[in-house]
Amino acid sequence: MSGYLEIEGLSVAIPNGPRLLHEVSLNVAEGEVRGLVGESGAGKSMIGKAVLGILPRAVAQTGGSVRLGGQDLGALTPQGRRHLIGQTSALIPQDPLTALNPARRIGRQITDRLVDILGWTRREAEARARALLDEVRVPDPARVLRSYPHELSGGMRQRVLIAAAFAAEPKLIIADEPTTALDVTVQREILRLIREMQARHGTALLFVTHDLGVVSKVCQTLTVLYGGHVVEDSEVRRFFQGPQHRYAAALLAATPRYTDPDASLTPVPEGVIAATEAELAGRAG
Amino acid sequence: MSGAGQAGAGVLYQIRGLRVSFPDMARKPLLGPAPRIEILKGLSFDIPRGQTLGIVGSSGSGKTTLGRTLVRLVAPSAGEIRLEGQEIGGLAEPELRPLRRRIQMIFQDPLSSLNPRHRVGTIIEAPLRLHRLDAPRDRAARALSQVGLDRALARRYPHELSGGQRQRVGIARAIALEPDFILADEIVSGLDVSSQAQVLSLLEGLVGELGLTLAFISHDLSVIRRLCARIIVLEAGEIVEDAPTAQLFERPSAQATRALIEAIPLPDPDQPGWTV
Amino acid sequence: MGETAQPALRADGRAARRHGLGLRLWLSGGWIALLALAALAAPLLAPHDPLAQDLFAGRLPPFWVAGADPLYPLGTDSLGRDVLSRLLYAARIALTVALVAGALTCLIGAALGLVAGFYGGWVDLVISRLIDIWMSFPPVLFAILLIAVLGTGLSSIIIAIVVIDWTRFARVVRAEALTQARMDYVASAQIAGMPRRRVIWAEILPNVLPTIVALLTLEMGIAVIVEAILSFVNLSISTDDPTWGGMIAEGRISIHQAWWVLAFPLVALFLTVLAFSQLGEGLKDRFDPVLR
Repeated sequence: MSGYLEIEGLSVAIPNGPRLLHEVSLNVAEGEVRGLVGESGAGKSMIGKAVLGILPRAVAQTGGSVRLGGQDLGALTPQGRRHLIGQTSALIPQDPLTALNPARRIGRQITDRLVDILGWTRREAEARARALLDEVRVPDPARVLRSYPHELSGGMRQRVLIAAAFAAEPKLIIADEPTTALDVTVQREILRLIREMQARHGTALLFVTHDLGVVSKVCQTLTVLYGGHVVEDSEVRRFFQGPQHRYAAALLAATPRYTDPDASLTPVPEGVIAATEAELAGRAG
Repeated sequence: MSGAGQAGAGVLYQIRGLRVSFPDMARKPLLGPAPRIEILKGLSFDIPRGQTLGIVGSSGSGKTTLGRTLVRLVAPSAGEIRLEGQEIGGLAEPELRPLRRRIQMIFQDPLSSLNPRHRVGTIIEAPLRLHRLDAPRDRAARALSQVGLDRALARRYPHELSGGQRQRVGIARAIALEPDFILADEIVSGLDVSSQAQVLSLLEGLVGELGLTLAFISHDLSVIRRLCARIIVLEAGEIVEDAPTAQLFERPSAQATRALIEAIPLPDPDQPGWTV
Repeated sequence: MGETAQPALRADGRAARRHGLGLRLWLSGGWIALLALAALAAPLLAPHDPLAQDLFAGRLPPFWVAGADPLYPLGTDSLGRDVLSRLLYAARIALTVALVAGALTCLIGAALGLVAGFYGGWVDLVISRLIDIWMSFPPVLFAILLIAVLGTGLSSIIIAIVVIDWTRFARVVRAEALTQARMDYVASAQIAGMPRRRVIWAEILPNVLPTIVALLTLEMGIAVIVEAILSFVNLSISTDDPTWGGMIAEGRISIHQAWWVLAFPLVALFLTVLAFSQLGEGLKDRFDPVLR
């Protein structure tokens, strides 16, 4: 299967240190929403960072390739890579408060990208920003554009960031735990909104989360990570009928659900962890 | 108020007409007092001895303030808080101090609630020494093993532990004092599902074993369904529902309760009410 | 999130920082230790009486320049006084001022800052307003005014520095204590039944200590500079006693004939102030169990 985003055999490591990603491969097609699931330390954010070219300085890609729309990022100059990523991709970050500059008005922060990277005029960019805020159902967009981040609620800030991500009509959006900081009731609205915007714009969406409940609502396909390895790659419906890999199955069983109170108290069994570790060590060696 | 039982020997906490307000410094005039924001608007309920009570609500509902008032980190502006009949709502800090041993708290963020400069052993022993309990070191070691941590961890600093381990240290600190009541404020919301499950089942075991009375604050109904016998739902500083857990999930009476339940994303692509 | 990566990354950065740190700590600490030893042993080390004039041996150059006298390794000033001996004796004064003024400033400022930051309310209001008012005086004028009132002398200089600079500690420590007071470990100490005064000592202070240490060494450097400035404008101790500031002032006059009179005290001053500030940064990181 080919996709807009094609990651093949991606390995990332700390030079002379541990490997953080082990030959990760995954695709996201245009219009597809893929969940990237794992517990903390599984390397899910690292994949997003590798795609967006924002790996921490102490970390280096040691193998594999990342392609955007068929273009191999590794074959481009650093400048060319930044240009391509800037033109085609966007990020919806986890924490809406720290992702916005507290000292600048919302309007400027949405339009900057359009003006600086895409070369729009300020007037065009502002009109676009207003239309987008309308689209993400922000009440009174004109007022919000003039506001500072602290004047908005958490849910409203996340809407603004979604609008900003879609502003330049990206081909690919990476959403990094976009609702983790929000209340469940607000989370539902934001998830619906992301899905709706994605469908309307036909964007490829890589949705990073630790919550399988969220995956089942938003994604069509998913990749489960453990310790920097892909352990399962599946269609959502098939996955929730019965995961193939033992770790993925245990993770699903540990996901709390109020309809089945016992499930909220089943951790991933240590036997499963040990067996998974052994299997992956064999795979790497 | 709904659900408030009769005061009796079995009641640990009796809350009557509890109000809490804070000065709103943002709207304070240049001279004179700031206007006050009402956070809790007259709550009444009981917590029977040995019960595990869930307190839920969306952010801004006042659930954190309610918790902090129960353990008297916050003073009520009106109303009564009775701990086994004794009014503790109006007590000043020095008068509260001897009672403190009986009412403990586990915090949401263990990284913030464990002093980064102290070793785990010191963190658990300090309260024991304050209350002049005998053999604080042994008690601390016992508490560590009760929460399933190796005693050797007593020599570590909090930042050297994993998130789940830190939260266990928070639990160990609370139970080491052998309190009557523990408030757990969103204690698993920062953890992975797997650590979440471990911490929750640990807590459930301890409640039974030690005969604890527990109030468990959470925004997530699914994680407390098994743990709590009864749930109070807060909205905008008022109790909108107070019901036994099973009843609350099967026949929620308040709109806010229904909204909270429906908003939980179950790991199921066909959950009703979620089609996008 | 890439949390496995995180600790590893941090450890990596930490190791790198620690390596650089070790050298910095050694160099700055070494210089100050050396200086302290030299100052203590000045009567033994100094080849001459620092005040003794020898008009026949005026403006002798340091040992490596032609025309030097091996009896005066760093040369003499225009009155024929031995530069090395004067440097050593001046170091005693500089270090005394650094130590005493630094410690007193730190004690007063940090105590007020801690109390203001922790208790908040009217206590904070009173202390903060006091700081604001204090800081609106121009410090150099304030110092000169104080010396004029108190008279010159070592204790006057120390008092002047303390009176002016306690606000530096109070401001920074207050802000830090305020942040710490909002952490849950403080609430948790309250839950444990810890008296408030003890919370400051046992819980807040250890977390503010690295900042205090860094400020303290910085303040010692500043004290050395202030003492030099006051000596330079002749407002320090009696004009006879050698001070680096006084030597610089005298050397300035004869810079074209005898550059060494100016250069040596200037270098000593520069190195000392630099060493103090580097020592502070180094200790701050070393003190931090989170970084360690």
